[in-house]
Amino acid sequence: MSVLLRAEHAGKTYGPLTALRDVSLAIDQERPSITAVVGESGSGKTTLARILLGLEVPTTGRVLYRGEDLRTVGAAARTAFRRDVQAIFQDPYEVYNPFYRVDHVLTTPVRKFRLATSTAQARALIEAVLRAVGLRPEEILGRFPHQLSGGQRQRIMVARALLLQPKLIVADEPVSMVDASLRATILGSLRTLHEELGISIVYITHDLATAYQISDNILVMYRAGVVEAGAVEGIVTRPEHPYTRLLIASIPRVSMERNWVSEAEPVVAKVAAVGGCGFVDRCPVAMAECAEAVPPLYRTAADRVVACYRYRTAPELAAADLGTVLVGVAADDSRMCTAPNWIVDGGGF
Amino acid sequence: MSEAVLEVRDLRVSFAHPLGLVRAVDGVSFSLAAGERLGLAGESGCGKSTIALAILRMIRPPGRIDGGSVRLDGVELSALDEEAMRRLRLAGIALVPQGSMNSLNPVMRIGQQIADALADHGLSLARAAFDARTAALLTTVGLRPGVAAMYPHQLSGGMKQRACIAIAICLRPRVIIADEPTSALDVVVQRQVMETLARVQHDLGAAVILVGHDMGLMAQFVDRLGIMYAGRLVEVAPVGQMVTAPRHPYTRALISSLPSLDHKGGLQGIPGLAPLLRDLPPGCAFHPRCALAAERCRREAPALRSFGESAVVACHFAETVA
Repeated sequence: MSVLLRAEHAGKTYGPLTALRDVSLAIDQERPSITAVVGESGSGKTTLARILLGLEVPTTGRVLYRGEDLRTVGAAARTAFRRDVQAIFQDPYEVYNPFYRVDHVLTTPVRKFRLATSTAQARALIEAVLRAVGLRPEEILGRFPHQLSGGQRQRIMVARALLLQPKLIVADEPVSMVDASLRATILGSLRTLHEELGISIVYITHDLATAYQISDNILVMYRAGVVEAGAVEGIVTRPEHPYTRLLIASIPRVSMERNWVSEAEPVVAKVAAVGGCGFVDRCPVAMAECAEAVPPLYRTAADRVVACYRYRTAPELAAADLGTVLVGVAADDSRMCTAPNWIVDGGGF
Repeated sequence: MSEAVLEVRDLRVSFAHPLGLVRAVDGVSFSLAAGERLGLAGESGCGKSTIALAILRMIRPPGRIDGGSVRLDGVELSALDEEAMRRLRLAGIALVPQGSMNSLNPVMRIGQQIADALADHGLSLARAAFDARTAALLTTVGLRPGVAAMYPHQLSGGMKQRACIAIAICLRPRVIIADEPTSALDVVVQRQVMETLARVQHDLGAAVILVGHDMGLMAQFVDRLGIMYAGRLVEVAPVGQMVTAPRHPYTRALISSLPSLDHKGGLQGIPGLAPLLRDLPPGCAFHPRCALAAERCRREAPALRSFGESAVVACHFAETVA
């Protein structure tokens, strides 16, 4: 097992505010997987993404890239990290400089990482990645950002990530700003990258339904901590944590059962109890001890953990490492060894 | 429908653009019964928000209302002068605009913003009477009366959205138009806000037009749903019928683009892009993206035809689809 990226007890505080509390997670290079991180605004999911990307230094714990601490890693390894781990951000409008043609975001990595030896080769490479995400290069290259739709711009970002042949893509809410009809297309292209090229994806979202559709694993976060994690199928169909249950029940469904809007009084969230489970003030099944200490992660099955005292008969997760719970797709040798078909001959890889 | 509160007939709105006229709303008609919840759904740029603004005569240049009629309780709104129209906004038809939680004035307390709305419509109350009214309003939307003394930055997104609903209902309007009222909120809070809207609407007996693109939200909230494509209504039907037996191919595509929680592998988008409103394809505007498109669709724009008592569909092949 070779670990690409490992977060060890990573936590982040901003003054008195805890944005992320003690998350351990390993991403294996040989068992690529899609892991979704879901939770409401302020639950810490973007902080986790930024820590994994090395954009934020954890206040407690550390992040290891191929066994080396990101804080002290040497220049060569940092460059390799910058290539292996790619980011896709939420806003497909703000990531572009409006004064440059969109080609700029594609030619810059080709130049910086010396991906091509000639202009013609660079052009061929860029056209290949654009086609790989379902775009027609002749409609894209030479345009300015404002001339393209949000969906096209976001797919260029996926193409840019793909250009570097990363091992891991961290996508922070990549589709929350595009139309529902385009979401499926963009998420589909991420899924294809994973399946055909063996790229791991960490998909940060507040949309549980898309998370269910494209991921293998899911991490549910609430107020800075992981409350439930494991294989997506079990968690979505049989949620254990009361927060996960609330989250799933809150999704409006296209169905004839109209049970979503009740005339009930809305639940108004109070301030979290200090030191206890973050969900205690909204939990319908809270017990006295829930307000006293944060519940550890209990392993209720081989492929799932839940942070709730109602499951305390189950063993605690060893070393709290979520990587041991998450399922990976077994590495397919043929897939890992042959060059993916979109790479042009003689590419500088 | 005899007891219609709001009647929209052949509404047309266009925007002048250097490259040609943009027909944002092209001949839209519908009626709204008292207490009814109507949904308007479609992709970005299909004209759904423009309809909301046109009903309130709030289209600004380069946009203009080219024609059509909007009647509230039988009163033709286009015949009203500016002052009468200003009084009717909020009192007769209230709008909860898109991103309205960011439209609250950051340097004014919530109570003062409600007072502004009341004062602007000629309601000047004594301090005590006003405080009582504000407290009652905030309680109605599930907020503590103390919120009146708070500034917007002290409230969460869901609380701000409820404050906006409180302002919208402060004069007991006949119609509430909510334009994507929950698009920036997470699902748990979204559900609470929609519950609040449902409750105040029920108490007031007001009708609601919900504008949005989330078919799940529509299926759970509205009674009747209108699907918009390229500035036109392409299908209007009771929501149950729409969900179980959509007749327009675009409606079917919209519903199937919603990711399911019940079975995996159902993730499919709608191929192609929405057309440019200033350069619509001939015939049916949806034909370049439609799997059923035939020669006739490329030549002839389909008219809205009735199906049963309550559904209308604009598709040449509406019979074969269902």
